[in-house]
Amino acid sequence: MKHIKTLNKANLKETAAKGGCGECQASCQSACKTSCTVANQKCER
Amino acid sequence: MIHKYFLNGYYIVLDVHSGAVHVVDKIHYDLLDHLQAPLSPELPAQVAELLTSYSQEDLQEAYGELYALYEAGQLFSPDDYEQYRDMMVSAPIKAMCLHISHDCNLRCKYCFASTGDFGTGRKIMPLEIGKKAIDFLLVHSKGRHNLEVDFFGGEPLMNFDVVKEVVRYARSKEKEFDKNFRFTITTNGVLLTDDKIDFINQEMSNVVLSLDGRKEVNDRLRVRVDGSGSYDSIVPKFQKLVAQRSKEKDYYARGTFTKYNMDFAEDVLHMVDDLGFDQLSVEPVVADPYVPYSIHEEDFPTIFREYERLANIIIQRKKEGRGFNFFHFMLDLEQGPCAIKRLRGCGCGNEYVAITPDGDIYPCHQFVGQEEWRMGSLLDGFLNLEMKDMFAKATIYGKPDCQACWAKFYCSGGCNANNATHCGDIHKSYQLACELEKKRLECAIMIKAALAEGTAE
Repeated sequence: MKHIKTLNKANLKETAAKGGCGECQASCQSACKTSCTVANQKCER
Repeated sequence: MIHKYFLNGYYIVLDVHSGAVHVVDKIHYDLLDHLQAPLSPELPAQVAELLTSYSQEDLQEAYGELYALYEAGQLFSPDDYEQYRDMMVSAPIKAMCLHISHDCNLRCKYCFASTGDFGTGRKIMPLEIGKKAIDFLLVHSKGRHNLEVDFFGGEPLMNFDVVKEVVRYARSKEKEFDKNFRFTITTNGVLLTDDKIDFINQEMSNVVLSLDGRKEVNDRLRVRVDGSGSYDSIVPKFQKLVAQRSKEKDYYARGTFTKYNMDFAEDVLHMVDDLGFDQLSVEPVVADPYVPYSIHEEDFPTIFREYERLANIIIQRKKEGRGFNFFHFMLDLEQGPCAIKRLRGCGCGNEYVAITPDGDIYPCHQFVGQEEWRMGSLLDGFLNLEMKDMFAKATIYGKPDCQACWAKFYCSGGCNANNATHCGDIHKSYQLACELEKKRLECAIMIKAALAEGTAE
């Protein structure tokens, strides 16, 4: 495409089907403790 | 659902349900003002008539590109996450905030823990309770392998012997129970010694170092019992800890910004340039609205400009090869958490609990001290499963404000404790926090767009 740049593979729906193992870090254990931030957590797989 | 915004010269379109992020031209951006699903293969004539500043040829071409994204499921993709609703049930408890000390040697004026004791009296956790907490986690984590324990307070270094013993006890159980403990600690640094630094760097996968930035900013609110500032004493200790720490392990220099330092990018830069830290987190204060340092809606334009300024500095530094990490702008568009995790949210009260020095169980550290939220006790083994189940169901699809929000898969429903405190219900979104979160996300995504510039499409 000439004008549109897509920054990612857009696989959120695929991750729903394969996800949910629960092994990743609880978000509040990282640095925040006061503000929920989930999208910056790493996947364990 | 899409969300589009213009920031720092970039026209950005986010397709909420697929997670796709597109950087487009103005013509696509303008076209999207008039389009909604389902899209037809051809540009609707009435839409073309509304956009007279573009040629028919350009509009046809741009529409064709948008339609291709639509066909590929990357634009106006449907919300089909409802099918996963039955996965939002009570889960094993795998993370714990261990309140190892309800006492503190600082009297930070903004402390949400009532200067360390959570309003419940100053006390430290006996080793016996710490061990019971580990036993509780070993049993209630069921099949989960990775377990997290955060030593929190108050100030955990005031009870460091118990910290060490609890770590030793948990490690001794890892093999038998097939678990991997990840320890973290949050400290104000006052009592850091070489021995403690060695232990923390050896055992803690993450350490959060509380520092608000510039000396005058830090010392205004982060004060000792006698009112004097803490900066001069703690900074050299934090620097030593970080210098000796393996790069494989995490740390954050973690500050709070208030109405007094809405130029908080200066505090971030001070900690990067003057103090040498490269992992930063500076977050808005959680406070009652009537205290003088609290943040109000009228402060948003100033704070938003500051987030944008910080984002631009980060872009510039990254391009110059001297980037640093700002926790609230961290975003991995490819390998972030799965959609199930995003649906579930922070996990408090369900996968994550807080334990007080008395062995009481709360949904998270921010609920501690509010009797109505006490969900159990290590002493009698009681756990309120009804409350646990309520938290399990408090997902983005259980919160009315979240369902129509473009940011729902990033914040995952926000902070339940903030919702309860400010709105009286964990399901009612605290809009002030929502607006700040959305601004940070817009900046984080814009940083991705800027850093992708010049790379292949």
